[in-house]
Amino acid sequence: MSTIQKIKHYAWIVIQYASLIFFSFVAVLPIVSCVITAFKTEEEYQTTSVMTMPENWFNFDNFIEAFQKADMGRAFINSTIILIFVVAGSVMIGSMLAYVLNRFKFPGNGLIRSLFLFATLLPGIAMQVSTYQLMYKLGLINSLLGYIVLSMGTDVIAIYIFIQFFENISVSLDESAYIDGASYMTIFFKILFPLLKPAVVTVMILKGVGTYNEYYNASLYLSSPELKTVAISLYTFVGPLGSKYNLICAGVIISLIPALVVFLLFQKQIYSGLTSGAVKG
Amino acid sequence: MRLSAPFKLSKWIKSRKGQQAIIIVLFMTIPLALLLTFTYFPFAEMFKFSFYKMKYVGEREFIGLKNYIDVFKRDDCFQALRLSLYYMCGAVFQLALALYLAAILSFKVKGGNFFKGCMFFPYLINGIAIGFIFKFFYTRGFVFDTVLQWLGFELENLPYWLKDTSINNISLVGTSVWKYFGNNMVLFIGAMMSVDNELYEAAMLDGANKWQQFRYIMLPSIKTIVMLNLIMSITGSLSAFEPPFVIMSGGANGTATYFVKMHEIAHTSQKVGLASAMAIVLLLIIFAATILQKLFFKYVFRDAEDDDVNAAKRREKRMAREKAKARRR
Repeated sequence: MSTIQKIKHYAWIVIQYASLIFFSFVAVLPIVSCVITAFKTEEEYQTTSVMTMPENWFNFDNFIEAFQKADMGRAFINSTIILIFVVAGSVMIGSMLAYVLNRFKFPGNGLIRSLFLFATLLPGIAMQVSTYQLMYKLGLINSLLGYIVLSMGTDVIAIYIFIQFFENISVSLDESAYIDGASYMTIFFKILFPLLKPAVVTVMILKGVGTYNEYYNASLYLSSPELKTVAISLYTFVGPLGSKYNLICAGVIISLIPALVVFLLFQKQIYSGLTSGAVKG
Repeated sequence: MRLSAPFKLSKWIKSRKGQQAIIIVLFMTIPLALLLTFTYFPFAEMFKFSFYKMKYVGEREFIGLKNYIDVFKRDDCFQALRLSLYYMCGAVFQLALALYLAAILSFKVKGGNFFKGCMFFPYLINGIAIGFIFKFFYTRGFVFDTVLQWLGFELENLPYWLKDTSINNISLVGTSVWKYFGNNMVLFIGAMMSVDNELYEAAMLDGANKWQQFRYIMLPSIKTIVMLNLIMSITGSLSAFEPPFVIMSGGANGTATYFVKMHEIAHTSQKVGLASAMAIVLLLIIFAATILQKLFFKYVFRDAEDDDVNAAKRREKRMAREKAKARRR
């Protein structure tokens, strides 16, 4: 390599790392500043700059107070119940529908695919006006069941991930099982469903994180205090507590922990799941 | 002699066709019922509401197209769409940034996974938490101001990031870029990784530098996903909602986007008919935009197709020229 090329080579490496460090810093800064503030006592918070480190990194008082004030114990139970049912429901509904759409030719197959595809173009928030009326008439406002059913309703991404996965499972597997006398039920539940495991994990994670973080519908349909999810339990800090950021940050951090744990455990699946969900075209 | 046996239900059920029909009906009833009840029924209802003057409960009055006329006439409805321009610019910047970082990370980099994780994580944070994080972040004298002061800015010269109407929309767009650029980056890395490694090796043997590898091998292979993301970002900008809703508590200080206004009209002033008309108008705009973009996309995409002999030839020529240039240096 000539000297000029060498200089260019090293300059590029410096630029690469500088960019990565800078943008990682930008991404992490708002969260880190929140963590710092969450460990501060009231007095420290009032007197020190927000970016000064707390004196005691083991001061969990804010976390305890935030947890109690926002009744987050209750909120975690609600979120868990919702999560279990929504995720299980979406996996079952999505995989069963994908199975039928992928394996059988019948009149209406194409139409149903387009109905689901078209539904992605309708932004949910825009239709809240009439969805709200519907939920009101069905008596599903302030009911966990209503919220669960609503959240399961329109998960097109899950269906697409499953359809893609079915396309890679050979049909001869179904055929030979059918010839051996298995019913379609058995074929789906005993033979195909176990093979779907990677897709199931992907859908569980994506749907799980999505459901845990959902706040718009939750704030409309689960407004009574005993039904609050983790995300909307944070609304407790709006109002009189609105400037006690050491407390608020503690609440925010608590609400982030489940997402962080899932992220650290399933990084690879999250990345590949997003990628496979995105190329549906 | 009978040509065919009479149709027997019990026999048909046992036949292969019958079994298939049963499983199809069985497996599709619930998803279809949910889709029709919670997506298409509300959609039809909303369309109907848009012709009425009504609240959630009580009398309704048919007023024809008046709601639609109001959408365009009132200062606070259609005008709100201007704010999406901010979000569109943000989206373009976000995609360019994601592309740049993805290109860096797709080569071997020390600690690549750590950087990737840091930049992706904001995508997994719930909206309400983001609202609080950025209210705190942008508060006068707090996080953002402190960091800028480290860099030598004077606090007196800095604006109020969320109050000052000349800048607050940009602050909000910043939070949206912050949340989503890591997600775009991961998608782009996924697409870049799907390129055959041998292509890079061959290119390197031929003396192509990193930029040429990016320009002639990577970029063509990820064109589809970049365009797809561009389309989605532009449609997303039209329906921008989260930043003003959660950070500005529902769009204070002139940050109310179209959807935020619609939410307010529907739930605070309870003008259900007007809000429905707003939704329909935006849907029509989104459809039009999507179709236009798809057509544009098709045209651009066809132009770049590999089996287009001329384009391939042109590309080869260009590559040879650049290589020659590189050698001369």
